[in-house]
Amino acid sequence: MLKSLMRTAAILATAALAAPAFANELIINFDDPNPAPKAGFEAAVEAFKAEYPDISVTVNINDREAHKTAIRNFLSADAPDITAWYPGNRMAPFVNAGQFEDISDLWEQEGLNESFAAIKPTMTMDGKQWGVPYSYYQWGIYYRKDIFDNLGIEEPKTWDELLAACAKLKENGITPFTIGTKFLWTAAGVFDYLNLRTNGYEVHNDLTAGKIKYTDDRIRAVFDKWKELIEPGYFIENHATMSWQDAVAPFANGEAAMYVMGNFSVDAYKNAGLTYDQIDYFPFPEITPGVPRAEEAPADAFFIPSNATNKENARKFLAFIARPDIQSAWNETIGQLPPNSNATVGDDKFIQQGFETVSTAAGLAQFYDRDAPAEMAKAGMEGFQEFMIKPDRLDAILKRLDKIQERVYK
Amino acid sequence: MTDAALPVSTPGPDDRSWYKRNRLAIAPWLFLAPAMLFFVVYVIAPIFQSIWISFFEWDGLGDAVWVGMRNYAELIDDDRFYTSLWNNVLWLVLYMLAVPAGLFVALFLNQTVTGMRIYKSLFFFPFVISQVVVGLIFTWFYNPNFGVVGEIWTFFGATPPSILGDERFVTYGIIFAGLWPQIAYCMILYLTGLNNVNPEQIEAGRLDGAKGWNMLWHVVLPQLRPATFIAIVVTVIGALRSFDMIAIMTQGGPYGSSNVLAYYMFETALSEYGFRMGYGSAIATVLFLIMLVYISYFLYRMYLDEKDAR
Repeated sequence: MLKSLMRTAAILATAALAAPAFANELIINFDDPNPAPKAGFEAAVEAFKAEYPDISVTVNINDREAHKTAIRNFLSADAPDITAWYPGNRMAPFVNAGQFEDISDLWEQEGLNESFAAIKPTMTMDGKQWGVPYSYYQWGIYYRKDIFDNLGIEEPKTWDELLAACAKLKENGITPFTIGTKFLWTAAGVFDYLNLRTNGYEVHNDLTAGKIKYTDDRIRAVFDKWKELIEPGYFIENHATMSWQDAVAPFANGEAAMYVMGNFSVDAYKNAGLTYDQIDYFPFPEITPGVPRAEEAPADAFFIPSNATNKENARKFLAFIARPDIQSAWNETIGQLPPNSNATVGDDKFIQQGFETVSTAAGLAQFYDRDAPAEMAKAGMEGFQEFMIKPDRLDAILKRLDKIQERVYK
Repeated sequence: MTDAALPVSTPGPDDRSWYKRNRLAIAPWLFLAPAMLFFVVYVIAPIFQSIWISFFEWDGLGDAVWVGMRNYAELIDDDRFYTSLWNNVLWLVLYMLAVPAGLFVALFLNQTVTGMRIYKSLFFFPFVISQVVVGLIFTWFYNPNFGVVGEIWTFFGATPPSILGDERFVTYGIIFAGLWPQIAYCMILYLTGLNNVNPEQIEAGRLDGAKGWNMLWHVVLPQLRPATFIAIVVTVIGALRSFDMIAIMTQGGPYGSSNVLAYYMFETALSEYGFRMGYGSAIATVLFLIMLVYISYFLYRMYLDEKDAR
């Protein structure tokens, strides 16, 4: 915590120092110092500089978690011209407080309404657009292909096939799923998929919008499905003490064979020593037949703070990174999907499969903790974690969530 | 002749400036002023500010909405709050073990053996390293897959418990980790205290046939009273601000079962999913009231001591 405060202070200090130096400048606060994301971002900035040589660009790269805290300070105290942030309900507090600039005109002018049509709803609030996404990624089940092949298991297409695959893995002493719920959101990924496959996209949206109670029978049905995985011990033990990175270890050493995750995790599998032949991907299997297949596809985006000093340059930058060629190159580097439908997708097998999955989906959800308001998300995810450890407390958990829901959405 | 050399001693109109006349009375206040100013601005005012905010619903960005006592009403109905409160009690009670444990380590180390300084430093070491590091070390230590605890359990053929993942053990696990540096702290307080124990009284006690437990209880301990007092004070403070260990080891999890009030406040008011400033302030106010009981006792004790000293 202290560390993040200090980083915040450092960022503010650098921003303050840099501010008065140039007249025609652009300050960008980015939130991912990991090698690939940083390289992708910096390449885009270099390309921008080459195109606009008279604009002097200053870049502050902050740690992701620190950025989440820092943004609340720098938006009002010392706003950059561009900041990285998340769409969906995550941008709601800043949009409502008038701290993000409405850029609907930019969407209109650059034709983003067409080229970003799929992702437009999540960038929209009060009928206006607030940011430009530069990347998004698919979720699904990453699995150990070598283990599946050894035991003669096919990629499951339905819930029954998934349960059969789990049973077979368990018989052979392999835990079907790895997961690390210390930071809670991983459990929300599982919940979202069970909900999307049991009830569909509408119910996901209505639940996160507070229109459906947690004690609703449809939501109970989701937990019943989840219980079918928990009770036979299909998730690894001790998941509450592990982060998502910790949970890669049992996956890498063959103790567990599947992982419900986002595509950003592929890098971690490779770093843990797995080769491309050992890992593969399949979309979360169907549960209720006939429910249109919706997917989780969280996006990362850039926004202009209302207090920015160089808004014209900021708009130039957003228009620039929305271009298909920039989006293609950037996402090629970071191994994710370009939100611009005119961009080309990298030839990595996970990106190809992800693109196939996402572009044919009936709807794209952001993620439980981005679609639901922050406070509800926190309580909900704690509930999911508790349920995974003590499934028999379901009633108490759902009642508690109803109580919180009533307070949050009023 | 001599008369002329004497300064004016007759009472008459004092024509020195007001400041010069009252210099002696003003000087201490002048010296105190910077400290008092900062204390008021950074300690006293925020207390009242925080109590004030606790009557609002505020996300830290938009407009604050007056809600009166609603945040407190909600607290009464909040399971998480009771869990945190109970854990705070556990922390206060179990953390006190550091005081006797520190005393015994100090007594054990208070002998003249070659290399004693090295042993003393080794015992003191955990207090020197950061709480964050202690938290990390114990997190690995408790890990059922590769930690020491896991290894020992597996050696005896048992399934290792997931200490930090089980709501029954998690708080005890963190307190135990916290005790490690705290015992070292109490130990160093007692070691300095033992240096000041009067050898003549020990000798007198010995002549009267006191030894072992009796000697400790009736002769040594009374002389260690100042050390004991400070040890208890720092331990209580340590227990109430048991924040960093929890943040590092569990983040209050699993599902809030290792929360204490300080961390719960942080979580509701300032963490990624929080930003309910009003509710967080209400928790802070409750924590403040609990501390106030203890602080008043502490101030009262100080007052009595000062009075005795006069």
